[in-house]
Amino acid sequence: MNWLDTILQGVLLGGLYALFAAGLSLVFGIMRLVNLAHGDLIIFAAFLILFLVSALGLNPFLAAVIAAPLMFAAGWALQFLLLNRTLGRDILPPLLVTFGLSIVIQNGLLEGFTADSRRISAGTLETASVPLGPVNAGIMPILTFASAIIVIVALNQLIYRTAIGRAFRATSDDPVTAGLMGIRHDRIFALATGLAMVVVTIAALYLGTRANFDPSAGPARLIYAFEAVIIGGLGSLWGTLAGGIILGVAQTIGAAINPEWQILAGHIAFLLVLLFRPRGLFPRAVD
Amino acid sequence: MHQTALTSFRVETRTRASSVFAAVAVVVVLAAFTAPFFVSRSVIQDLFFILTMLVLAQCWNLLAGYAGLISVGQQLFVGCGGYAMFSLVSLAGFDPILAILAAGLFATLIAVPTAFFTFRLYGPYFAIGTWVIAEVGRLAFAQWKALGGGTGTSLPREAVRDMAGISLLRDVFGMRAAQAGDAATYWLALILVLVTIGFIYRLLRSKQGLGLAAVRDNEIAARAVGVDAARMKTLVYLATAFLTGCCGALIYVQKQRISPDAAFSVIDWTAYVIFIVVIGGLGTVEGPVVGVILFFLLQNLLADYGSWYLLLLGLIGIATMLFAPRGLWGLFSDRTGIQLFPVRRILKGGPFAQDKKGGPNG
Repeated sequence: MNWLDTILQGVLLGGLYALFAAGLSLVFGIMRLVNLAHGDLIIFAAFLILFLVSALGLNPFLAAVIAAPLMFAAGWALQFLLLNRTLGRDILPPLLVTFGLSIVIQNGLLEGFTADSRRISAGTLETASVPLGPVNAGIMPILTFASAIIVIVALNQLIYRTAIGRAFRATSDDPVTAGLMGIRHDRIFALATGLAMVVVTIAALYLGTRANFDPSAGPARLIYAFEAVIIGGLGSLWGTLAGGIILGVAQTIGAAINPEWQILAGHIAFLLVLLFRPRGLFPRAVD
Repeated sequence: MHQTALTSFRVETRTRASSVFAAVAVVVVLAAFTAPFFVSRSVIQDLFFILTMLVLAQCWNLLAGYAGLISVGQQLFVGCGGYAMFSLVSLAGFDPILAILAAGLFATLIAVPTAFFTFRLYGPYFAIGTWVIAEVGRLAFAQWKALGGGTGTSLPREAVRDMAGISLLRDVFGMRAAQAGDAATYWLALILVLVTIGFIYRLLRSKQGLGLAAVRDNEIAARAVGVDAARMKTLVYLATAFLTGCCGALIYVQKQRISPDAAFSVIDWTAYVIFIVVIGGLGTVEGPVVGVILFFLLQNLLADYGSWYLLLLGLIGIATMLFAPRGLWGLFSDRTGIQLFPVRRILKGGPFAQDKKGGPNG
């Protein structure tokens, strides 16, 4: 059952893409900011985890737990000190500033860690697998997929059930009126980016243990995240998971036919969705 | 409000500074055309680099600064132009000059489906959409085994040597083959710059250009007064694809070696270009000219530092966007009021004083 295995691997890979995309989607939903450095921030977090693992000899999962608050603080500061200044009616400044940031992060990582491909070692977990009916699934891909579901459930709970989430939604709808109700939109934005960076850290953990990465790997992660968001439809985190799964399955099927076609097949699936369902498969937002 | 008073009004864009500049520009261009006879080959190659980057920067500036289309995928048209030229020259035996024009048309052809897909995406997502399609282009051309697949290929040596006009240069001016090739590509780049700036400046001074500025400033208001925003954006997108495609083909006539990773490089053909426009001055014709000169100086000064150089470029770009969003030329122009390519309509001949300044772009 080769095909069943290919599709299962694709679905599990989709969990990783959903993790890439969740942070992008969260930030866009709240402040209409598309962070072109999103992929590079994922790689940055992966290097941070790698550094903690190799310097302190920590377990990668423990390293991610330590990295998450650091990334939260970095994201909070990045938004509060830099990106908030660029937000406005004009979409150009945030795009160009985050594009500049992407180049700064890539080359900073290149100076700090050289261009070598790295990998975070997860020990025996890397090769462990469980039989699922007629096929086997790796423990790490299953953990990735489960984490994606947990992250999406947690984000949805946060957004729809808590006071912070209410502030997020209010600021997203109308920052000025939300401000009249005592919500400081600049802090809400900083909090949202901080949260997105926590999700980025989780994504980085699974990216780093799954495959090799190097400082120039960021833009491709941004593109996968973006494709998952657009396939799923703006404004829906579950849609993003569906988008990630479609992208993942398209890539593994493409790779099964010809290894050179893996990435291309994902892009083609994205373009087909854009052709037939320009608003994505599960559109929710009206903007 | 008398009829006579009304007819004495006229709308002009010319200023004294722009008239003086136009005269100087003619002299500079004439001097530039004679440069290959006086300066060394390495200077000509540097000038070629500056001129081709200027074409790319002017095109990106027209898209982002006037049409509000922020593309991170211009490398698609550079790469398609380069590959179209390569296939026509080495597989079909075209003359490179003819192939450059055909490559521009091919890039325009590619821009039609690209626009169809990416124009469906909302503002910032348009940027990533263009990037995805450029990646599709890179991956697709890497599959083309006749042109070397993923590793790329070289142009046959005799292709540029036998290019139209080269033998003339060799016979009349006694140039060696390589020198004549450099001179010819340099002249083509110079012509392409003049065509690009001429086209953009004419467009901005025309009624369509005014419509474009209106769309950029407020799309809903512009549509309300009858500007067809979608049509204008599409036309600008296709026109810049043509110019960028020609420029890409020309760059690869000079480089004579192509590979998908280099031809579709986001750093070389988009990041540098964005840096040039942002630092020079977005939304002005002068800005990219200032930016490309500064970029060239920085690159010569700092190229040895490798990734520190790119890191610094990124930081300069971010700082410019934050503290001087209209770039160096914007700072200069705001202080002095000088515009070398004025597009602001000035009402002349009326009873009113003309010292009131409007927006910078008409």
